[in-house]
Amino acid sequence: MSLMQEMNERALELGIPLGVHLDVTYRCNERCVHCYLDHDDHGEMTTAEIKDVLEQLAEAGTFFLTLSGGEVLMRRDFFEILEYARELKFNVRIKTNGVMIRKSEARRMRDLGVEQVQISIYSRRPEIHDAITKLPGSLKRSIEAIGLLKSQGLKVTIANVLMTVNMGEHAGVQALAQELGVIYTLDPTITPKIDGDTSILNLRIPGSELNAVFHNKNLVGNVEEFCAPPPSPDEDVMEGYPCSAGHTAGYITPYGDVFPCVQFPLPSGNVRRQKFIDIWRNSPELNEVRSIRAKDLPVCSTCSHVGTCSRCPGLAYMEGNMRGPSSADCEKSFQRTGIPSANMLRKAHASVHGPLIQIQPLAV
Amino acid sequence: MSEKYIARSSQIAARMLGGEMMVMSAVDSTFFTLNEVATAIWQAADGRTPLTEIVARNVCDEFDVDLETARRDAQQFVDELSQHGILMVSDHPLDVSSGPAEAA
Repeated sequence: MSLMQEMNERALELGIPLGVHLDVTYRCNERCVHCYLDHDDHGEMTTAEIKDVLEQLAEAGTFFLTLSGGEVLMRRDFFEILEYARELKFNVRIKTNGVMIRKSEARRMRDLGVEQVQISIYSRRPEIHDAITKLPGSLKRSIEAIGLLKSQGLKVTIANVLMTVNMGEHAGVQALAQELGVIYTLDPTITPKIDGDTSILNLRIPGSELNAVFHNKNLVGNVEEFCAPPPSPDEDVMEGYPCSAGHTAGYITPYGDVFPCVQFPLPSGNVRRQKFIDIWRNSPELNEVRSIRAKDLPVCSTCSHVGTCSRCPGLAYMEGNMRGPSSADCEKSFQRTGIPSANMLRKAHASVHGPLIQIQPLAV
Repeated sequence: MSEKYIARSSQIAARMLGGEMMVMSAVDSTFFTLNEVATAIWQAADGRTPLTEIVARNVCDEFDVDLETARRDAQQFVDELSQHGILMVSDHPLDVSSGPAEAA
């Protein structure tokens, strides 16, 4: 077990929110086609409110702080927030599109000891990237930002979200990351909008493409190992937690709402009305999330993938049941291993046999 | 042997977790956990207090360790952390404002 894993285990035992993702704004200068947020300002926390939240998080034991949005630099007070976060000795990671980063911003981030900056790139071709962000010139500016941050000695990661409109682009983005000397990550996850709207899910790549991604050694490394059939789940697996959301990780919106995770919009309290630690410790919603073990998942506990699936409880929640399956992750497990999930088998069985009772409204 | 002064780098993140200090370098993402004794030295590393004084006051007095052992261990600790840029070491007092040692 690595030192980091040990710390995670300890934080889990002690109920410490080791990592918190704070969106400082939902405003953005891009309008990405797959974005799950609306970009209006519905009353963001003030600088003073955010500083107070940061103090509370430090007090609660949070170590990893992700500052994200929206576009973080849309806030004029962003560097004041960042400076304060670093005074409180958080390990700060920033997610940005980089469009507003020039030399002075890059230098400031370095001077303030930011650990990592993540920038989204969808294609190395401007006609594709800029069509996704709907901001002409955005690819050029994002790439310039990566260069500026890198030249300051900052660790930069390119995040490549994969969807129908940039399906064939990942090799180019990966090569770009290599040329720039930065880390490359690929994510084929498209989530419903935070208000539950599922219209953007049609951007999810088809199963055939997912299959190709999972069997691409340039992306996954050892394909045989990555796509291996799941081992039989043991007691440890069945007693285990689905993920860190609500256990050692939490999310705060620009309006102070607390959720288990950015991808798990279960309203659990608001820091404008309650202290963060009271929400973290006493929220019935968070305590419900924490109570769920793998064995408590009615469908997934019967699935051969239960120990290895990337099942996201937030996506399951957005499908209607936080204890239910996350269909997108069922598809991933299937495309990775060729073995259908229990949920897929159940659905196939239902469609073959049809519902037991059909109720047809009477014609009037 | 000349006196040594130590100060925490501004390029680190730090937090107490269950009695141990977690420290991570923003420069190379090296991650450390410090035991109670190392944490005491870390927290006293203000750039102004001589290392020998820190060892005598914050280690020997607090943890019932003999001075020679404590000095040797402290030197090893300082060498290791300074190699990763987490502690700054100087023969003269350091003018730093490295903020609070940790919160929580």
